[in-house]
Amino acid sequence: MSEILVLVDHVDGSVRKTTTELLTIARRLGEPSAVFVGAGIDAARETLAAYGAEKIYLLDAPELADYLVVPQAEALAQLVASAAPAAVLVPSTPEAREVAARLAVKTGSGLITDAVDVQPGPEGTPLTTQSVFAGAFTVQASVARGTPVVVVKPNSATPEPASGAGAEETIAVTVSEAAKTARVVKREPRTKSGRPELTEAAIVVSGGRGTGGDFSAVEALADALGAAVGASRAAVDSGWYPHSYQVGQTGKTVSPQLYVANGISGAIQHRAGMQTAKTIVAVNKDAEAPIFELVDFGVVGDLKQVLPQATEEIARRKG
Amino acid sequence: MRIVACVKHVPDATANRSFDTDHTVDRAGVDGLLSELDEYAVEEALTIAAAHDGEVVVLTVGPEQALDAARKSLQMGAHAGVHVVDEALHGSDAFATSLVLARAVEKIGADTPVDIVLCGMASTDGAMGVVPAMLAERLGVPQVTFAAEVTVEGATVTARRDGDVATETVEASMPLVLSVTDQINEPRYPSFKGIMAAKKKTVETWSLADLGVDPADVGLPAAWTTVQAVDARPPRSQGEVVTDEGEGGRQLADYLAGQKFI
Ligand SMILES: Cc1cc2nc3c(=O)[nH]c(=O)nc-3n(C[C@H](O)[C@H](O)[C@H](O)COP(=O)(O)OP(=O)(O)OC[C@H]3O[C@@H](n4cnc5c(N)ncnc54)[C@H](O)[C@@H]3O)c2cc1C
Ligand SMILES: Nc1ncnc2c1ncn2[C@@H]1O[C@H](COP(=O)(O)O)[C@@H](O)[C@H]1O
Repeated sequence: MSEILVLVDHVDGSVRKTTTELLTIARRLGEPSAVFVGAGIDAARETLAAYGAEKIYLLDAPELADYLVVPQAEALAQLVASAAPAAVLVPSTPEAREVAARLAVKTGSGLITDAVDVQPGPEGTPLTTQSVFAGAFTVQASVARGTPVVVVKPNSATPEPASGAGAEETIAVTVSEAAKTARVVKREPRTKSGRPELTEAAIVVSGGRGTGGDFSAVEALADALGAAVGASRAAVDSGWYPHSYQVGQTGKTVSPQLYVANGISGAIQHRAGMQTAKTIVAVNKDAEAPIFELVDFGVVGDLKQVLPQATEEIARRKG
Repeated sequence: MRIVACVKHVPDATANRSFDTDHTVDRAGVDGLLSELDEYAVEEALTIAAAHDGEVVVLTVGPEQALDAARKSLQMGAHAGVHVVDEALHGSDAFATSLVLARAVEKIGADTPVDIVLCGMASTDGAMGVVPAMLAERLGVPQVTFAAEVTVEGATVTARRDGDVATETVEASMPLVLSVTDQINEPRYPSFKGIMAAKKKTVETWSLADLGVDPADVGLPAAWTTVQAVDARPPRSQGEVVTDEGEGGRQLADYLAGQKFI
């Protein structure tokens, strides 16, 4: 059976949910091999095997952490040359996206970015679905050349456990001098919010300019629902919420089961980041706000009244 | 210092963007403009140039109308422009675009070398966000991408990059490819003076032959990916919208409970 490489997204070995989604997708196409770059495999091997990784390639060298993108692309190109996989699946993080871009150029392979679904096409080659123009169109595409490299968005599959052998193989990485050019001189980990991660959360509750800068009602509703908090660019630009929580074209794309937009008008660039949510709910005091065109349920009203009441009611029902 | 700012002409995101029968983006039926995300690149190029006695050459690859994107950049203050236009470019993907951009940057730098190639974080139509990395790969120069803050000192460029799990500070030496996010600055509007001055500035038109690029390596026939189908997503049908008359929050909770979210 043909081998499918999955680039593992992890923080010091703690495997992010997207990786289990990618392994699930890989099983549709062939036999998944996890590619684990960096240190921390001890914390990761169990999860990778539990989601079907037959092989785990270990790539580690100090250069991979010290320099941006290029050493990883080189290392992956070496692995693609030796393992000759049928496809490479990559998570949709800023760094992995560029690793994929350079890998594709290096190996003369077609690249598909931001797939929201991947299925086996004719002869097992991946047939991808992308959501474009702020979700107004879906595009189906396949790769015409080389080893298909596919960047996959979070929440593109429901992770399904399957036991894989998880056979480990250490790959000797050689990093060229030319790759050691953009040096990471400092790395400050994000402070964690204690809430679910925005791109992985089943429920996202977000706030916009209509919060007037006070996110407490939004956060309280989010906590009552066990949700992640998001923000519009207007809220981020005003300094009310950090940029890493921005939803939209130049922020994160979320695809949760439920998206609750509060005091957000629904500009096309915001829609681009949330349009594929299963259920959309909005609270906005303007009945004409474009966000209402998308909603499954909407409340025309002041979020300062509506949200606390909803939060209280949810708490009461939960008992 | 010499800076090339790469800008793309894109269909207006607020108009009804669509596709042609050959599955390429419809660039004729919809009004186009300078990609908003490339305004940040032009602004940053102008700021760096002003501080380092530099010159900004704006570079765009695209059909006739793409000239407008170069023109607007000149109005903002770029010094000169290059427009690569060729029939064979229709339907080009990121591979072809990065190839053409690379050859054009080399040609711009033939006499006086280019120090920085500035790009936006992504085009607002294709939104792949991969051209800068591919361009750096092809030019064989460092890439510093998705910069939210940049400082230039001597030949060293330092950038803050807001990654997914960490904020990184990245450093590289010129020449390099630099891409910037919409967090980096506040792009200026062309001033009246800028608009007048732009009238005297020139945009050179180059063909693939001028760049020594084989037409067979670009355009739709050469694309490394094949679009199988394009479908308009059915518009989301509007659900129930209630007006809060004191019970809005409870109604919202009712709805969420009905959908098993509670
Ligand atoms: C290139 C580009 C990229 C962009 N990327 C993004 C992006 O990634 N994400 C993004 O979000 N935007 C993005 N934008 C900006 C986008 O165009 C909008 O400007 C932005 O989304 C507006 O945010 P908002 O809805 O919070 O604010 P507004 O549009 O000002 O809407 C505020 C809403 O709150 C309502 N309101 C006010 N008070 C209350 C109240 N008390 N109770 C209830 N409702 C209230 C108002 O009726 C209004 O509808 C981008 C723009 C460009 C040009
Ligand atoms: N046709 C083009 N002409 C000039 N620059 C481009 C073109 N396409 C992409 N770019 C540059 O590459 C960046 C990323 O584009 P993309 O990879 O298409 O999202 C843009 O912000 C531009 O700076």
